[in-house]
Amino acid sequence: MSAASLSKPAFAVIAEFPSAGALYEAAEKVRDAGFRFWDVHSPFEIHGMNKAMGLGKSTLGYIIFCGGFLGFTTAALLEFIPSSYLFPLIVHGKPVNFYTNPPFFPIMFELTILFSAFTAFFGVFIMNRLPRMHHPLFNYEPFKRVTNDAFFLVIESVDPKFSEIGTREFLEGIGGKEVTLIYAND
Amino acid sequence: MAESDASMTTFVERMPRPPLVWNNHSMAWISDRIAGIVENKAPRWWWVSIAITASVAGFGTFCIFYLLFTGVGVWGNNIPVGWAWGITNFVFWIGIGHAGTLISAILHLCRQKWRTSINRAAEAMTLFAVMCAGIFPAIHVGRIWMIWFVAPVPNPNWIWPNFRSPLMWDVFAVSTYFTVSVLFWYLGLVPDLATMRDRAKGNVARAVYWVLSFGWRGGNRQWRHFDMAYLVLAGISTPLVLSVHSTVSFDFATSVLPGWHTTIFPPYFVAGAIFGGFAMVLTLMLPARSLYKLHDVFTWDHIDVMCKLLLFTGSIVGYAYVMEWFVAFYGANPFERFAFLNRYFGPYWWASWSMFGCNVIMPQLMWVRAFRRNWAIVYFVSMCANAGMWFERFVIFVISLHRDFLPSAWRMYYPTWVDVFTFVGTIGIFVTLFLLFIRFLPMVAMSEVKSVLPEADPHYHPPGPAGEEAVKEVQV
Repeated sequence: MSAASLSKPAFAVIAEFPSAGALYEAAEKVRDAGFRFWDVHSPFEIHGMNKAMGLGKSTLGYIIFCGGFLGFTTAALLEFIPSSYLFPLIVHGKPVNFYTNPPFFPIMFELTILFSAFTAFFGVFIMNRLPRMHHPLFNYEPFKRVTNDAFFLVIESVDPKFSEIGTREFLEGIGGKEVTLIYAND
Repeated sequence: MAESDASMTTFVERMPRPPLVWNNHSMAWISDRIAGIVENKAPRWWWVSIAITASVAGFGTFCIFYLLFTGVGVWGNNIPVGWAWGITNFVFWIGIGHAGTLISAILHLCRQKWRTSINRAAEAMTLFAVMCAGIFPAIHVGRIWMIWFVAPVPNPNWIWPNFRSPLMWDVFAVSTYFTVSVLFWYLGLVPDLATMRDRAKGNVARAVYWVLSFGWRGGNRQWRHFDMAYLVLAGISTPLVLSVHSTVSFDFATSVLPGWHTTIFPPYFVAGAIFGGFAMVLTLMLPARSLYKLHDVFTWDHIDVMCKLLLFTGSIVGYAYVMEWFVAFYGANPFERFAFLNRYFGPYWWASWSMFGCNVIMPQLMWVRAFRRNWAIVYFVSMCANAGMWFERFVIFVISLHRDFLPSAWRMYYPTWVDVFTFVGTIGIFVTLFLLFIRFLPMVAMSEVKSVLPEADPHYHPPGPAGEEAVKEVQV
């Protein structure tokens, strides 16, 4: 550790855990200790981890519903404005009115799906503050293994309960290995 | 109660749930094996294969341009057979795609964990199949520069499309299907691209994968939203995939032509699509599995389940064929009766019986477990299904059209060399794209396969005396 890096502000304390089970139990302890700005990192989504971290269900579903509703509305306007006003067609002897609605449904259905899918895709990255070209966690070389087979628990320095010494000791106490202080970028 | 519990325990001990990844491989092994395919040098067979398929694709592209510069007269279509190989190939390719979405969406909602080994490749296959499908409606208009007329946009003639036409529904259904499939596929790819990024040796590769993976970090606060998006995409893709082939079938079912005008078409088309798609997944994945030594990831258990699905959907298709006969007989419509007698005993009898043999008879081999675990038989049956599903569309479209209501309008249909090589060319395009996919992207969803390993369960206890106790605890 060079003198220059010591002068940098701390970003977080990171600890490695040997397995998904160990990470799960550690997450329960961190949750019970009352930390707020922390996360667990794993190569895949660990079943039940939201409960262990005290997180609720993702609110993305409600946003996707709005996206889908927008798609439905778009399709309805896209179909009914031209068909009713701009270019009224009589198909099979049927003008456009309330009783001849059903043939307009397939396109409403498709655009509802399309807009929901776009909302889901972009929503997940916007809610995760991605894309992001760098993150202090990548300053820690072993963090590369998180997408392979390693499990990490990170408590950020912005947490009100954070202290460089105390948090390290706490993570060591709950079974964390290689507990390390990570510095911010600047 | 105690007695039944005891018998339960013995049953579970006797019939443990088979592991999804064989030989107790670690997570690092999965990363090394899958990512290694992309990182290592391309094997010689890959270069040979892509040279062949790219040549075929190139000639197919030449046929497409020949059609565009000359006109649709280079195809064999003529009245009364106005729709022939073009629509046959379109429906064939669209159908192929359905297995990928079924595996990624419907099996996800059903919590079928075995899907993780094949979903990435099957979804990629979906995309490439839909691309091949999209070629045909685009080029069949002849003047492709006018294709924008199908889009509901203002134009100088102030003409708007008819939104009540099944062909218009098709435009929306297929383009939505393609877009949603791309988004679904890419979302699942992001964590694996992050794996590729973290393994990359060179700075350029690392930067490219960084951009492609959006800087994914695998934190649970990210996985939480990711999981919700994945679940919702699966939930909306399920009705979507069922609607796409239903909409395709409406192109025919809403007409008045005997042989087309039936209410059984939507479910019958969807079952056929899934049948043909699973056959194509097996066709592509059996060689890939052997060549890249993925036997422990894509196991015989996976092949077994897929063969059962082939048998199931093939039997639904067989039921639909037989039900069409029955309705033709019971409906007492002379035109309908003629259409079905002509289908099986008319001049194209060979196409109909090939269809019936390949799609209904051959999959019945899959009732036998030993056949489901025999490489040669599984491959033979899946090739039969591929051919049979193409014949099915040919039978439905061309045979129904070549005998018009008045005998004076009867005419045989013969494909031209452009018809044949455009279709062969799309097979080349399809396989070329698939070869590029397995070369440049991880072909198995690494993060998802890791999540179905036993040690991925947070309540897993390693085997040993303590582990056995834990198992008993769960049983009581």
